[in-house]
Amino acid sequence: MNFIKNIFENTKPYVQKGAKFHWLHSVHDGFFTLFFVQKNTSKSGTHIHDYIDLKRTMGLVVLALVPALLFGMYNTGYQHYKAIGELASTGFFQLFLFGLLKVLPIVVVSYGVGLGIEFVFAQIRGHEIQEGFLVSGMLIPLVMPIETPLWMIAVATAFAVIIGKEVFGGTGMNIWNPALVARAFLFFAYPAQMSGIKVWVASGSQATDAITCATPLGDAASGSITYTAADAFFGLIPGSIGETSTLALLIGAVILIITGIGSWRIMLSTIAGGAVMGLILNFFAGSPALSEANQVFFGIPFWHHLILGGFMFGAIFMATDPVSAAQTVKGKWIYGFLIGIIAVLIRVINPAYPEGMMLAILLMNTFAPLIDHYVVGAHIKRRLKRATVKGQTA
Amino acid sequence: MSEPLFSKKNLKLLSDPLNSSNPITVQVLGICSALAVTAQLKPAVVMSISVMAVLAFANVIISLLRNTVPNRIRIIVQLVVIASLVILVDQVLKAYVYDVSKQLSVFVGLIITNCIIMGRLEAFALGNKPWQSFLDGIGNGAGYAVILIIVGFFRELLGSGSIFGFKLIPESWYITNGGFYANNGMMILPPMALITVGIIIWVQRSRNRKLIED
Repeated sequence: MNFIKNIFENTKPYVQKGAKFHWLHSVHDGFFTLFFVQKNTSKSGTHIHDYIDLKRTMGLVVLALVPALLFGMYNTGYQHYKAIGELASTGFFQLFLFGLLKVLPIVVVSYGVGLGIEFVFAQIRGHEIQEGFLVSGMLIPLVMPIETPLWMIAVATAFAVIIGKEVFGGTGMNIWNPALVARAFLFFAYPAQMSGIKVWVASGSQATDAITCATPLGDAASGSITYTAADAFFGLIPGSIGETSTLALLIGAVILIITGIGSWRIMLSTIAGGAVMGLILNFFAGSPALSEANQVFFGIPFWHHLILGGFMFGAIFMATDPVSAAQTVKGKWIYGFLIGIIAVLIRVINPAYPEGMMLAILLMNTFAPLIDHYVVGAHIKRRLKRATVKGQTA
Repeated sequence: MSEPLFSKKNLKLLSDPLNSSNPITVQVLGICSALAVTAQLKPAVVMSISVMAVLAFANVIISLLRNTVPNRIRIIVQLVVIASLVILVDQVLKAYVYDVSKQLSVFVGLIITNCIIMGRLEAFALGNKPWQSFLDGIGNGAGYAVILIIVGFFRELLGSGSIFGFKLIPESWYITNGGFYANNGMMILPPMALITVGIIIWVQRSRNRKLIED
């Protein structure tokens, strides 16, 4: 550790005020705090000093994402060799290695572009580098279909960081979850690649570069059930890189809840909302007014909605983003519940959008401040009433 | 009356709306049509010219009438003037550029309700002489046109891969033809027009710091 510390100590004179490389000082600070805790203390106001600063918080979220990431790599290889029919003759590590080589460039591009823009903005605006992108940079690859061209990911990441975050003033000021902004951008800009009906399954050196393969969700929307619940739960289905395995995501959820970083209220209420909406749709499944395909989709067991597509990923990692989610306790329940309801509603009712989780979370992100406003307002009103009643009796 | 036609003050009427008092980015007027007609460059240009013509002549006419119109009915008089001019423009478009006129559809008619025109009549023409009003109309029309053309340029280039309908991106680049490129479908949608206008405002204000409000 002393070796690293020496590097920072030795380079410090160069980035001090007035020195040649002063414009790099926030980069210096950024890397310093990555390794060590700042010695400086605040000079005014009340502050809570805690070892768990933003960087460590973000680090823990990334840690919670690792199971989903690793499984995503494995599943990429699995889907590939399944698509070309050589699954039985391929070993576990070969599957994993194939996925690793496919996923790694996406992660690198996402971090490279995003952090690059963050660094530039930090220098221009003269503030510290904000660590918010550490998580977004990992979330973005995980919500992408595996064969999304790298330049599209770069464009989407740049859009998300600049328009989704920096415009509002950087980390902590954004209205929407930046990773979802990236995905929404791709979804509307390049619908052919992102519609959610089909994803590209990597196929390497075959005659075609990529085999498109319908996701189970897309199949279900057109009235055929092509998955088993077990596969959907463990994640051996086609889908975006990190969203398929409910099990891996639940491991992440446990980490987030134990460390107190993710709100269990939002996760729980989102799941409840999805389940309730699934039950309501089940109730209407037999209706003759529906087309045959719709009858099938309405009728799938309500808990299947929770393990298919991006529902769990959204509920655990996207909806709980502390910046864009509702802040009040009651608000969190309402916020999560509505996300669940709207996600399943869009998924089943709207034929244009087979996956509704992204749109549901973005919509509720927009409404989160409003929900908080009314929750706080109602609270104040209730307290006020109590106070005046007492005043009258006394 | 001794003031020359293109005195410094009069030229300022022309140049100010291009930057520091731009009708779209600073006065924030006429946003609706700026979002609606800029998916391609050609309708954007035609729309700009139409608005410029209507604005300049409406300004002149109202300026001529400014001392005779009773204050209480001035809005309705302004509307009559604008509406007649818009109908004229609409007929001309239909006669000479029918396809673009079809593309612009209701938005030519909606020039009547374009806030820039009412805004300039109220704020300028009612209190200034015809020549100055004419310059103000041309200037504000040009300010509107500049933004429309910038937005239209980027939206058509990135959204359709062309400029004025000429394909700039080679066909072989597209994914469907085995390439790597795809047009950005979001550029065609109005939200992206709003974001583009927002970026222009951002760029303008970081260059011209006087415009930044507290």
